[in-house]
Amino acid sequence: MADALFWIGGGLIVAGAMLSVLGAAGVLRFPDVYTRIHAASLTDTGGATLMLLGMGLLGPFGLITLKLLLVWAFIMLTSPAAANALANAAFGSGHRPRIGNFQIMGEDKATDAAPESAGKERA
Amino acid sequence: MLIVAGVAGLIVAMSLMIVRAVLGPSHYDRILAANSFGTKTVLLIALMGYLFGRPAFLDIALVYALINFVTTIALMKFFRYRSLARPLAVAGGEDGADG
Amino acid sequence: MTAPVLEASFALNVALLLMLVVLAAAVVWTRSLLAAILLMSVYSLVSATWLMVMDAPDVAFTEAVVGAGISTIVALGAILLTRGEAVRVSWKRQVVPGLLAGLVGGLLIYAMSGLPDFGDPASPANSHVGRAYLETAKRDIGAPNVVTAVLGSYRGFDTLGETVVILAACIGVALMLGFGPRATLAPPAGAPGDHHVVLRVTAKMLVPLIILFALYVQFHGDLGAGGGFQAGVIAAVAIILHALVFGLRETTAAIPPQAARAVAALGVVVYAGVGIVCIVNGGGFLDYDHLLTPQIEAMIPAGLLGDPDKPHHWGQYFGILAIELGVLMTVSATMITIFYGFAGRTIDAIAAELRR
Repeated sequence: MADALFWIGGGLIVAGAMLSVLGAAGVLRFPDVYTRIHAASLTDTGGATLMLLGMGLLGPFGLITLKLLLVWAFIMLTSPAAANALANAAFGSGHRPRIGNFQIMGEDKATDAAPESAGKERA
Repeated sequence: MLIVAGVAGLIVAMSLMIVRAVLGPSHYDRILAANSFGTKTVLLIALMGYLFGRPAFLDIALVYALINFVTTIALMKFFRYRSLARPLAVAGGEDGADG
Repeated sequence: MTAPVLEASFALNVALLLMLVVLAAAVVWTRSLLAAILLMSVYSLVSATWLMVMDAPDVAFTEAVVGAGISTIVALGAILLTRGEAVRVSWKRQVVPGLLAGLVGGLLIYAMSGLPDFGDPASPANSHVGRAYLETAKRDIGAPNVVTAVLGSYRGFDTLGETVVILAACIGVALMLGFGPRATLAPPAGAPGDHHVVLRVTAKMLVPLIILFALYVQFHGDLGAGGGFQAGVIAAVAIILHALVFGLRETTAAIPPQAARAVAALGVVVYAGVGIVCIVNGGGFLDYDHLLTPQIEAMIPAGLLGDPDKPHHWGQYFGILAIELGVLMTVSATMITIFYGFAGRTIDAIAAELRR
């Protein structure tokens, strides 16, 4: 039983680490701020969930589990909020997505006429 | 062994994040990389607690998560508004009319 | 520790130190001071993690909250008062500083060869006073965390000096930048789609949680990593988060700059007052064994902290608790005052710009 828990927990930790690496690759390779935020925030919360769950299965049950739960709750609360605020600030300061159609409420044209993406055609 | 593999994966992810933080190009990319780097540091420290058999490291992981969030908000607010003192708007333009 | 763990720790050391080198080079290389501040914050996080690998959680704790947290925010405040770009300097003016830096670096590397190996049991730090502390701390003071015992009791006078230095820093910054806001401005005019409801709700939930956590760090300090200094910085971070999200006007309404100033000075008074009480009760300055008179000590139930059979050092216990409270007050109030100084100053700058 304990052996099975060890392997499941270790497997979850490795899976979380792989998700983190994938997210980092996305942050490195994606074309603009918004896609990068998407990659980072999703894999941060997902990777953290998997890894902390794995650690909870590995460790002794008790105060440590409670602390792991606290760390998880904290990351689940702050990471999406920070990503949201970041995307909001980036959009407000004039960055426009490079991929896909979008329309800003109150503006008539749906373009990417932004200082940041000038000279780059919409994909 | 599996924990070591997890630590190695996190180190690789952190290195990639450093590349993005150094390259930019915009400041928001850097903040994003720093924030994500911080989350991975939290996980790394928690894992290190298991690796070295020191579960007290979890307290410190919690502190890192907290500091990471506040620093991200401070950097974001500074780059966007050039001020640390103004409140953040509730809705676009509504209560910022006299600002 | 088993062999694979030691190997993993060695590999971790190498990886983290490589990251530090890359980050330091990037900080020197970049022209944008804002990017430099951000990279310095990441640098602090990595070096704190590295300290953790070296098994120094108390130092790592302080490095994380001060290096990555407070100094980043203070540096941002400083950037507001100056330009965001580094000035290009001609290479001729860089020769002498470069030579000096190279000389000092060479000397440091030369001196490094004389250091004892990491973990060497015969090194001076491990053979004289360090071993004495490790052997006697449990018997003399009874605090499980030897770091707290050394900082709070054996070296209590040094820590009092450090607390006074922090108060001096508070006074210095306040004298240069002002004690707080002198003008206020409405929130910035929002761009389309510019709203921060999510952030406001999250911050509203987080601020009390962070202060609760600061109290945990404060009172957990004699058991594990933590103590008054770290707890003070964490509490100040909660207040700063409130100011960042809800605006400085709201925060100064809750915690006026005058109150912050008063608490900063009061912390030193509490700390030194414990020492005075020890003198009055017949001991030396900060000699906690004489903090409580025998009558008071007899009134404390033996099972207050659980095990009634264990010998207790109530004077040491309450003395460390009281001075940690003083440190908490001074540190948190100082950090808040410094933040008020920088952030309030920027309001002034913006107001002056608008008047022009």
